[in-house]
Amino acid sequence: MAGEPLLKVQGVETYYGNIRALAGVDVEVNRGEIVSLIGANGAGKSTLMMTICGSPQARSGSVIFDGEDITRQPTHLIARRRISQSPEGRRIFPRMTVLENLQMGAGLDNLKYFKEDVEKIFTLFPRLKERQSQRGGTLSGGEQQMLSIGRALMARPKLLLLDEPSLGLAPLIVKSIFAAIKKLNQEEGLTVFLVEQNAFAALKLSDRGYVMVNGKVTMAGTGKELLANPEVRAAYLEGGRH
Amino acid sequence: MTNSPETGTPGLMAKAVKEGIFAGLLALGMFILFVGIETYQDISNALVWRTRWGLLAIFVAVAAIGRFLVVGFIKPHIDRRKLAKAKSGVLEISEEKGFFRQHFLKIALVGLVLYPVAAVMLAGTQGSLKYVDNFGIQILIYVMLAWGLNIVVGLAGLLDLGYVAFYAVGAYSYALLSEHFGLSFWILLPLAGILSAMWGIILGFPVLRLRGDYLAIVTLAFGEIIRLVLINWTDVTKGTFGISGIPKASVFGIWSFDVGAANNFTKAFGLPMSSAYYKIFLFYVILALCLLTAYVTIRLRRMPIGRAWEALREDEIACRSLGINTVTTKLTAFAIGAMFGGFAGSFFATRQGFVSPESFVFLESAVILAIVVLGGMGSLTGIAIAAVVMVGGTELLREMSFLKLVFGPDFTPELYRMLLFGLAMIIVMLFKPRGFVGSREPTAFLKERKAIAGSFTKEGHG
Repeated sequence: MAGEPLLKVQGVETYYGNIRALAGVDVEVNRGEIVSLIGANGAGKSTLMMTICGSPQARSGSVIFDGEDITRQPTHLIARRRISQSPEGRRIFPRMTVLENLQMGAGLDNLKYFKEDVEKIFTLFPRLKERQSQRGGTLSGGEQQMLSIGRALMARPKLLLLDEPSLGLAPLIVKSIFAAIKKLNQEEGLTVFLVEQNAFAALKLSDRGYVMVNGKVTMAGTGKELLANPEVRAAYLEGGRH
Repeated sequence: MTNSPETGTPGLMAKAVKEGIFAGLLALGMFILFVGIETYQDISNALVWRTRWGLLAIFVAVAAIGRFLVVGFIKPHIDRRKLAKAKSGVLEISEEKGFFRQHFLKIALVGLVLYPVAAVMLAGTQGSLKYVDNFGIQILIYVMLAWGLNIVVGLAGLLDLGYVAFYAVGAYSYALLSEHFGLSFWILLPLAGILSAMWGIILGFPVLRLRGDYLAIVTLAFGEIIRLVLINWTDVTKGTFGISGIPKASVFGIWSFDVGAANNFTKAFGLPMSSAYYKIFLFYVILALCLLTAYVTIRLRRMPIGRAWEALREDEIACRSLGINTVTTKLTAFAIGAMFGGFAGSFFATRQGFVSPESFVFLESAVILAIVVLGGMGSLTGIAIAAVVMVGGTELLREMSFLKLVFGPDFTPELYRMLLFGLAMIIVMLFKPRGFVGSREPTAFLKERKAIAGSFTKEGHG
C-alpha cells in the first residue's frame, strides 16, 4: 500500500452533545510526512486529534489508519495500533517518576525494548536523563513536554500525534522541541501530525499543512505555500508573529 | 519566612502573649454555649440547665496557654532547627536512615509474631485476652480493611465512601452460608472474598464514568443500600436482630474450638479451658490475612495492572491515549479491593460470632478511609501505623479510668473517641499533609532504587 496515505480522515463530523465541533473534515497524512493543522482557538483542532483517537467518536465519516477503519474502535485499541498521542496540556503522570512515565508509554505488557528505547529518548532529550528519578510533576513545562513526547515515542509509534507541543513554553524551548521532532522525522522516518497555534513555527517545520476554521478545513497546501499565502499571513502570522 | 528567629525575644514574647489572649477569647466564644452550659433532665423530666464555669475555664486556659507556647517557644525552635539544617546543607532526603528505620518492617513483623506470646507471659492466659483481642485483632482487622481500601483509593485513585458494604457482604456471606449449608470457615473465607469481589464489580459498572466527588456520592449510597437491605430483608438476614451463633473457625478442621467437640484444641493439648487460645489463634489468622493483603498489593504494584492503576489515578485521559483499557482497570481495582474487604468481613463474623447491620454503618467507612488518608495514600507502612494509632488509641481510651479523677465520676472517655479522632486528624494533616509516609517507591528503574520523597512536590499535587 505504498500510495495509500497512513492516515485518512474522510468527512468526519464530531459532536459534543448537540454542538457540532467538526463539520466534515478531510485530512490525509502520508508516510514519513510532517503535517500540521493550524487554526484559531475553538476551530476544532484538538477535537480532530481526539476523534482520531476515538474519544469522542465521529458521528459520521471515517478514520482510516494503515488501510483499516478505526472510526468505531475504543481508544485503547486505537492506541495499540501504534498511534501515539502527546495530548494537549501534556498530561504526564505527576506523581510518577520520569522513568515510570516512560514505562507507561511503552505499553503494559511488553517491556522488551524498554532500556533500548529509554536510551534513545535520553539521547533525544538529555534533560530527561538528568531528571529520570524525579517526579513528573516537579519538571518544568518544557521538560514535561519533552516527557510527554518521549512517553508517546516509547510505544514505537507509526504515527505520532502532537497536540500543541509549544503551549505555554518559552520560544527557545519550542525551538529545541521542534528540532527534535524534525530529527525524528528525518532520521527515523517518523510520521507526525501536529496541531499548533504557533502557525509560523509549525508550517516551517511541516511538509504540508491544513488550516481549520469553525470545524472545517478551509485551506490546504505545502508548508511553504501556506506560509506565503496572504490570507494565512493575515489571519495567523502577521501581528502575532513569533 | 516572615518572622525570622533573629527578632529579639521581647517582640516575640509580646506577640505570643497577644496571640495567646486572642486564642483564649476565641475559645471562650466557641465553647461558652457547648461547655459553659449543660442541659439535663431533672426528676420531673423537665429540661433544665446549669453552668460549668470551671470546665469552661480549663478549655479557655488550654487554648490560651497552648497558643502562647506554640508562638513563643515551639515555632521559633522549629524554625531554628530548620535553619540550622539548611545551613549545614543536610537535605531531608539525603539523610542516612537509622538502624531502626532501615529494618522497621522486619522488626515490626517479628514483634507481631511474638506479640500474643508476650501478652500471655506478661498478663497470664486469661489476662492476655484483652491485649490480643481488643488491641491485636481489632487493629489488624482495620489494617486489613485499610489496605484493601488502599488498592481502590490509594492506588487507583477512586474515592470510595462505601467500602464497608464489602465488609458487610463478606460477614453476611460467612454467617448465612455457614448457617444454612454448614460450610467451614476455610471454605467460606475464599467464597466470601469472591462474593464481595462480585459486588465490587456490580458497583464498578455504573460508576465507570464517574470520578471524584460524584463517584464518592454514588459509593456512599451503595454502602447505605447494602446496609438497608440487610436491615429490611428480614426473612434472610433477620434484620436488626442480626445473626448470632456463627460457628467458630477451626485449625484447618483438625482441631476445633467448640467446647463440646471431641477434637477440642485445649483438650487435645491438655491445656486448661480458656477462650484465650481461640483468640490467639484468630490473631495469627488475621495476621496471615494481613500479610497476604500486603504481599498481593506489593506484587500487583509491580505488575502491569498495578502500574495501570497508578496511572489511572494520575490521569485518565492520558491512560486511554496510551492504550490502557480503563474499564477493566477500574473494575479490577474495585473487585480486588472488595475481595480483601470480604475476607476481613468473614473473619469479623467468625470472631464476633454475631453480625448485625449496626456494625456496618457509614462511620466505619469513614474511619477506614481516614486511616488510609492519614497513613499516606498508597503506603502500606504508613497505613498500618495510622491504624495502630487510630484504632489502638480509641481502644486505649477505654483503659483510661484515671481520667475520671480529673473530670468527675460520670466522665466516660469512650464518648470522646470521635473528638480525639478528629483532633488527631487535624494535627496529622497540619504537620504531615501527605500522611505519615508521604513517599512512594517507584516501580521503574534502570539501575538503582530510590524512594521519592514527598517533599519534592506541592501539597495536594501528590
